[in-house]
Formats: sequence, structure tokens, C-alpha cells
Amino acid sequence: MLHRSKYKVLSEGIIECLIRVCGISAVVFVFAIFLFVFWQGKGLIFSGEFEFWKFLTTKEWYPASESNPRYGVSALIAGTVSVTVLAMVIAVPFGLGVALFISEFCSPKLKETLKIVIELLAAIPSVVWGFIGLTIMNQLIMKLFGAPIGLTVLNGAIILALMSVPIIVSIGEDALQAVPDSYREAGIGLGVTRWQMVYKVLLPAAKNGLLAAVLLGVGRAIGETMAVLMATGHAVHIPFNAEFPYLHGLDSVRTLTATIAAELGETARDSSHYQVLFIIGILLFTITFVVNLTADLIVKGVKGK
Amino acid sequence: MTQVSLLKTTGLAILVSGLITVGCGKQGSTVSSEARSSENKKEIQNAGSDTMVNIAQAWAEAYGKANSTVDISVAGGGSGTGIAALINGTTDIANCSRAMKNIEKKKAKNTHGKDPQQYIMGLDALAVYVHKDNPLNEITIEQLGQIYGEDGSITKWSQLGIKPNDGHDEIIRISRQSNSGTYVYFKETVVPKGKEFKLGSLDLHGSKDVVEIIGNTPSAIGYSGMGYATDHVKMLKVSSKQGQVAYTPNIENVVNKTYPISRPLYMYTLGVPTGRVKTYIDWCLSDAGQKIIIDNGFIPAPKN
Repeated sequence: MLHRSKYKVLSEGIIECLIRVCGISAVVFVFAIFLFVFWQGKGLIFSGEFEFWKFLTTKEWYPASESNPRYGVSALIAGTVSVTVLAMVIAVPFGLGVALFISEFCSPKLKETLKIVIELLAAIPSVVWGFIGLTIMNQLIMKLFGAPIGLTVLNGAIILALMSVPIIVSIGEDALQAVPDSYREAGIGLGVTRWQMVYKVLLPAAKNGLLAAVLLGVGRAIGETMAVLMATGHAVHIPFNAEFPYLHGLDSVRTLTATIAAELGETARDSSHYQVLFIIGILLFTITFVVNLTADLIVKGVKGK
Repeated sequence: MTQVSLLKTTGLAILVSGLITVGCGKQGSTVSSEARSSENKKEIQNAGSDTMVNIAQAWAEAYGKANSTVDISVAGGGSGTGIAALINGTTDIANCSRAMKNIEKKKAKNTHGKDPQQYIMGLDALAVYVHKDNPLNEITIEQLGQIYGEDGSITKWSQLGIKPNDGHDEIIRISRQSNSGTYVYFKETVVPKGKEFKLGSLDLHGSKDVVEIIGNTPSAIGYSGMGYATDHVKMLKVSSKQGQVAYTPNIENVVNKTYPISRPLYMYTLGVPTGRVKTYIDWCLSDAGQKIIIDNGFIPAPKN
């Protein structure tokens, strides 16, 4: 039997304990944050004046009005949804394409470089992205699309797409790498082309992982604040209507996250406005929770069984 | 092996630096709160109106040069933020581009037992800006109300009888976030009583942002302090009613009150100030201080 000194045994124990605390703390933090957000918002929820259905379905957002404050977030939800959907329309093909290229098509050396560069993309602070949206993209969209103003859904969506691509790429690439080599060998044995390999073998085999990658990208896009605050124009407006193309990318919108960021600083503690912002927090928390949970379940393959 | 030890040391370094930052943060905050509470430390906290932040900074700098013993820190964020800070006791002076509401005065009195004191530091004309190439030259308060007010009927430039040269007929309304004093003042003056702003305006966070965005957007209209004018925008003449004379926002028209949307710029303190806060406010109201107001494009306080 291996002999260890008392000191080593003790230090081992301490380190193990520390790591355990770190692990558990993550769970504690999540619950603590949820409880805190709920606690701050609960006064209004249970006050009797608050109608949850009206909150979700009306678009009048006048939280600071003295005579007639109205809390309707449907326009803000529409803002978040529109920016996220358009961002994903851009980011998913792009991100999965990059993941496929890195995993299957490029040389090992290029692969390393690409991975580092993409990780760098993830390291750009969101306020810098917002600044790019506010200055460069604003002008570009006005010129290219002839829009009256460039601070629009499209602007925010492009910025968000660039921000969620690194997540989609790194998780998507992991999923593709996890496809057993025997599948590839079997494919080559049957004489498939590269494209057939991707289309018929890899994508079906890695679909759970790729879907999870996409959903985590969605989670990132929904939660992003600073960049969309600066790039979307911050206007309470629903960009959807019955006219083609249904989602109007050149309209200005305001998202749930941006509203919290812009207004929380001004509100008096425990006022209705303060509490309603926390209710928006609960709403956001619920949305991202559902998205991440779905991603998790898909990774585990629960859906497949 | 080396990799493992490298990992360990980096981990340790991150941990240690984290601890240091936490420690420093704590220390920093206790020091500043002490400075705020005790009278003999030479610091003046000055927060609030975004319209006034440039003047406040210029005052603080000029005053700091003349009196090296006093340190004045200036923060923006909006009039509402400044008043909240005054009520919470985190600032000595609140800058305000609107008058304090009664409910806010009461709150301050209840928390600290002192009535807020009001000082008029200067005047500001709230200019209505459009892009420099916009053919529009004047506008009435009523039209502004129809453009900005809830249920207002004007949404197109053609309704004002003009065509912006980029061909977009839709009026892009630029507004401010709701804790801005400028927002509140503009609403009270322009939007019909009891109404709110029309939804769908771009609610920007700073006086300067408003002017910058309008400078880039040919079909936009917006409001901001007259001190923020640039070469890319045009200030509209404003008349109070259809058929009346429209006036340019300038010093003369504000002083003789013909320009309809001008307002005082205030400073508020808790109770009658003493010591260095009083000296500072007196200095701001002196000729040297009022010259800085003019240099920043605003109008000096009326002498009484």
C-alpha cells in the first residue's frame, strides 16, 4: 500500500472540501439569485392591482407615468423575440458551417488558428459590440438598405449573431468530434463523397449536440443586454405585422434586457416601477431557464429515448 | 508536469487577485462614504442632470484649479438619478434640469429632516433639432405635441408640408429615457396635459447622443439642450401657436422669455448649505462661474 504523510492526507482533504464547496456554490447562487429576483418583484405580483395577463399582452409601457402608469411588455417581448430569431437565422448556418469546417475539412494547423480566433471573438466585451452597432453598423445599414435609421432589429441581430457564433461553433464542433470514427470509416468504405458524409452521416449522428449548440446560442442572444441596448434603437415598437415579410428587420425595437438596464438605475427602491422591472427579470429568467433546460435534455438524449 | 504546475499557479494568481480586488473594493467604498459624511474632508459630490454634466465638469475643473484643497467629483445619469442620490444621501449637490417634485421634496425631508434648497444656476433653451439638410425651419408647440404625444396625429413629414431629402416620409422621433429631466420638462411643455409620449420613439441615454444620432439621420427630429448643437444639425424656430412668430433658441430670446421652451437649470442641496458646499455654489453663481455657463452654450442665471 502506498504510504502518505499526514500533511499530504490533510491537504488532500482540504482541497477536496474546497472543490466540493465550489461545486455546490454554483447551485446555491442560482437559487439565491432566483429567490432574490422573485422577492424584489413579489410585492407587485401579490398586490392585487397587477394583472399578469394584461402585463404579457398589452404594449403600453409607461412605467414612469404619474397619472396612469401602465405596464405592458408585449412590445418588449416582441423586441427580444425578433432580435433573437433574426440573430439565429444568421448565426445558425454560419456557426454550424464553421463548426463543420473546423471539425471535418481543414488541416490541423488551420484548425488551431481558427479555434483561437473564434475564442477571441467571444472575448470581445458586449459594450464594444454595442459601440460598433451604434456607429459603424448604423451608417452601413442606412446606406445598404436605404433605411431611415440604422438602429434596428437587423443591426442588433447581426451583432448578436456575431456574439453567439463562438458558442455555436465550439459546442457544435465538440458534438461533431464526438461522432465515433467508425461511422466515418464506414462511410468512406461505402465510397461517399465529403458532402454526403456530412449530410448523411455526421449531421444525423451529431444532431442532439448541434441542437444543444444552437439553443445555447439562443440563450446567449436572449440574455444579451448592452449590445442590443445600443444597437436596436431602444424604441417600444412591435416589428411584426400581417404584411410580408411579417418581421420587419428595419424597425427599431427595445428588448426586455435593455429595458431593465436602462430603467433600473432611476427607480426608487420598492416602487411599482422597480418591482415590475424585477418581474421582467423573472420572465427572462424563466425563458432562459427553459431554453437551457431544453438544451440539456437534448444533450442527454432524453428526447430520443 | 510543467503544464499542471502552470495551471496551479495561474489558478492561484486569479484567486489572489480576486481577493485583492474584493479587499480594495471594500476599502475604497468605506473611505468615500466617510469622506461624504464628515465635514472636514475636502470633497464635494455633485451628481444629476445629463444636460448639466458638461457645465458641472467645467465648473469643477476651474474651481479645482483655483482651490486645490477641494476635490469635486461630478457624475451624470439624469436629473432623477441626482435627486435619488440626494435623497439617499450619496451626493452633496444634485444637478437638475427640472424642478424637484413635491413628493421628492417630502421624501428628502422625511429621510433627513431638512428641506431641499433650490438654486437657479443658469437657463437653458430646449432646442428642437433636425438634420442640417432638413428643409423645415420652424415648428409650433402644437405640432410638436401631435408628433410626440400619445394619439398625436402627425407621423409623416408631409403632414408638416415638407419632404426630407433622403426620401423617407416617416418622422423618426428621438426622445430621452424617462429619468431625464429634459424628458420630463419636454413632456410637461409640449405633450397635451394628462397624455404620455407616443410609443415607438428612440429613447436615448444622453443629450449628446440625441444630437449625434440626428446628425446622422436625415428624417429624424429630437430635443436636447441648446448647448449641444453641432454643425450636423439645425435648431428649429419654435412658436407657441400657429400664426404666431417663431423664435430661435438664443440668449436674447430666452432672457426675454419669447422662446417658449426654456427652463432654469437647478442645483439642490439638503438644507441650507454651509462651509465648502456654500462657497462652491456661490462661486458658480459669481461672474467667473457664470462665464463658464456662457462658454458651454447655455444662458447665465438672471440676477435678482
